[in-house]
Amino acid sequence: MSETLSTAASPAAAPPPSAGPPSRTLAIARLRDLALVPAIIAVAVVGFVVNPVFLSSDNIINVLQSMSEIAIVVLAQTIVLITGKMDLSLESTFGLAPGIAAWLVIDPALTRGLGLDVLPSAWAVPVVLAVGALVGAFNGLLIVRFGLNGFIVTLGMLIVLRGLLTGISGGKTFFALPESMTYLGSASWFGVPVSIWVSLLLFAVGIVVLGYTRAGRALYAIGGNVDAARAAGIRTDRVLWIALIVASMLAALAGLLISGRLASVPAAQGSGAIFQVFAAAVIGGVSLNGGKGTVFGAFTGVLLLFMIINVLTLAGVPAQWTNFLNGTVILVALVVSRITGGKAQT
Amino acid sequence: MSATRQAPTDGPVGDDQPVVEAVNVTKRFGSTLALSEAGIVVRRGETHALVGRNGAGKSTLVGILTGLQAADEGRVLFGGAAAPPLGDRDAWRRQVACVYQKSTIIPALTVAENLFLNRHARGPGRLIRWNTLRRQAQELLAEWSVDVDVRQPAATLTVEQRQFVEIARALSFGARFIILDEPTAQLDGAGIGRLFARIRDLRAQGVTFLFISHHLQEIYEICDQVTVFRDARHIVTAPVAQLSRPALVAAMTGEDVSMPEAAPRPPSREVPVLVSVRDLVTASGAQLSLEARAGEVVGIAGGGGSGKVEVAEAIVGLARPAGGTITLDGRRLRPGSVPDALAAGVGLVPQDRHREGLVPLLSIAENVTMTVPHRVGRRGLISPARRDALARQSIADLAIKAAGPQVPVAELSGGNQQKVVMGRALASDPKLLVLITPTAGVDVRSKQTLLGVVEQVRRRGTTVLVVSDEVDDLRICDRVLVMFQGRVVREMAHGWSDNDLVAAMEGVDLHHV
Repeated sequence: MSETLSTAASPAAAPPPSAGPPSRTLAIARLRDLALVPAIIAVAVVGFVVNPVFLSSDNIINVLQSMSEIAIVVLAQTIVLITGKMDLSLESTFGLAPGIAAWLVIDPALTRGLGLDVLPSAWAVPVVLAVGALVGAFNGLLIVRFGLNGFIVTLGMLIVLRGLLTGISGGKTFFALPESMTYLGSASWFGVPVSIWVSLLLFAVGIVVLGYTRAGRALYAIGGNVDAARAAGIRTDRVLWIALIVASMLAALAGLLISGRLASVPAAQGSGAIFQVFAAAVIGGVSLNGGKGTVFGAFTGVLLLFMIINVLTLAGVPAQWTNFLNGTVILVALVVSRITGGKAQT
Repeated sequence: MSATRQAPTDGPVGDDQPVVEAVNVTKRFGSTLALSEAGIVVRRGETHALVGRNGAGKSTLVGILTGLQAADEGRVLFGGAAAPPLGDRDAWRRQVACVYQKSTIIPALTVAENLFLNRHARGPGRLIRWNTLRRQAQELLAEWSVDVDVRQPAATLTVEQRQFVEIARALSFGARFIILDEPTAQLDGAGIGRLFARIRDLRAQGVTFLFISHHLQEIYEICDQVTVFRDARHIVTAPVAQLSRPALVAAMTGEDVSMPEAAPRPPSREVPVLVSVRDLVTASGAQLSLEARAGEVVGIAGGGGSGKVEVAEAIVGLARPAGGTITLDGRRLRPGSVPDALAAGVGLVPQDRHREGLVPLLSIAENVTMTVPHRVGRRGLISPARRDALARQSIADLAIKAAGPQVPVAELSGGNQQKVVMGRALASDPKLLVLITPTAGVDVRSKQTLLGVVEQVRRRGTTVLVVSDEVDDLRICDRVLVMFQGRVVREMAHGWSDNDLVAAMEGVDLHHV
């Protein structure tokens, strides 16, 4: 900045008209991050009234554990949504990545012919992450390099990857997983399941990266106005590509966690989960048009969804009604966040 | 503060070097010549105007001066030194910045973050320090006396504030040469006044401006030098004070190729009034009243922001007017209803054929007959034979160059696409034909055909409204209503001079200079 320039204010320049009281706009903008907190508290109170067990530490750990895997996929989807794209194939990656690892390491002698036993079991976790990275890179190739529509590309990938998992497993469930695959999903640290630690840690990292690094802010810039981002010197293509790869790797890791918890990889693992993932992200204030939303908001979105499901379970709602109520919850939560957010959810 | 103290830092170059110089620049896009050996010289500390009618090559020159496009031939110099390579965005940003009409601000992010996008202040662990960032942003805006809270989202800025923020951001990269691309287009009078005060301020601090505007009045108010481009060529550069308004307008318009022209027709009292628009007020506040007889061609002229397109869209039902009535052949049109307008006999060539005019993947036949399903159908089903017959008629009448009615319009050239839009407007044998910028972006021959068709339509007793700022389009009119800032300011009978018309559209009265 040149210091030779005078900085005299011109008396002729009247102050421009102020765009409403800025302090109030600011307060609302900050509050939007916390928009779901009152709803979460309200659900907690209702849950406690319905059944005092709700607020017991066991039940809270139960809720956190049941949401931990999906929450990581929501984090992944949030990263992609903020750049203005979407990735439907995450739910298939969620099943395929641990599926391929299991296929390569488990011993067919133990599992009636499932699996190849071509890799030592220590390779299982690297394979899971590598499959995630490959899927993300391929999505990036089609979406970023070839400029294809992200929705259709990832819809195609959703079907292809699901089909691949069904193909290698013959539609059956992989079981007899090595300990390297089950450890993260089944072990506990300090009395709390590792999957909870992992998901909370990833969310904390997500909050820091998206809120406090240039790379994270580049995601917002690209989602908000890609031309302006490019003009600011952001390598938009590279950032998009990395976002897609990271998202797929997160989904793969989440799949590993649930496989470890259930000690198996069913061919349908993750099937249909993407709708819940989208719902949680949008309820949490992430815009489908890109550029808006926070990792913390996305977390409150997942938390609210799973708390309501838990309350319904404790209230003894028959399992046959769960889907109906799930859908209703999503719609009601959208309406609530539309009212508290003040703007149309898009 | 003297401008001569602004010595360039990148070499032993004299202060008399122009801040930017483009020499013999030629640029082609496909077959169109966007710039032909054009050039411009902007001296340090001046405010330089660049004017020209649409398609004169202004935007292309801006693209080349800001390093977004490469010139095919010619060179660009900054302070006497060659321009940096295209890939080096940072080097370009230290030389020149452009505030475009289209915002380069990211609405969801705060003003502070927009100012320091991708160069955020960072602390330990390369994490962003938001407090430092905000303080830097406040300092930057304070330095250039922009009074904006840096914590608010950029979406809450007014157009004026956004421009100030963009100017401040440009200056923070070190650029002291700023291109303003139609900065006043979206501002009201008071906002324009404040923008000009800011420009004068910055000029006193050694900032050089290239100012692009369609409003000649503003150029006389704020600029020192003016450069005129026409038809991809540099026409003249002169001090503003030495170029009279008529001379400036003449330089902008020049000579035109021969185009259809309305034969002088005395207004006939016997012919009935077919169209009557009373006290029409659009949602944006533009006003119009007019009466037109059968077979009359009436022009509605005006620049961008004059409200001409808004009143036309209100007449055809595309936009719901705030007030007023439109009567066509004794039938009052329902406000804001396109179906009712179609049923009453209105044909429309909309402003943007890509957005409102055509379905590009469908065939010529389907596009032409889109508004007249009853004419190609039988018992609710479309008859392809009848449809194709109607389309062949249009292809012949309008000399559309296509292999047949089944060709998708996406495969046609711009001129032929526009003929398809015209064919669709005519398919219903309209009583009122409304043409909004009917020859925008079409070649000269297509232009002749399109305007020639209007004459045939007129003979059949159709009233035609031509809404345009192109002099060629308006030449076929019996009379022209000129709009400026939402009001009809003049009515010109056939035989007007080009310069008078252009001046009226720019809000200048040549006879009262």
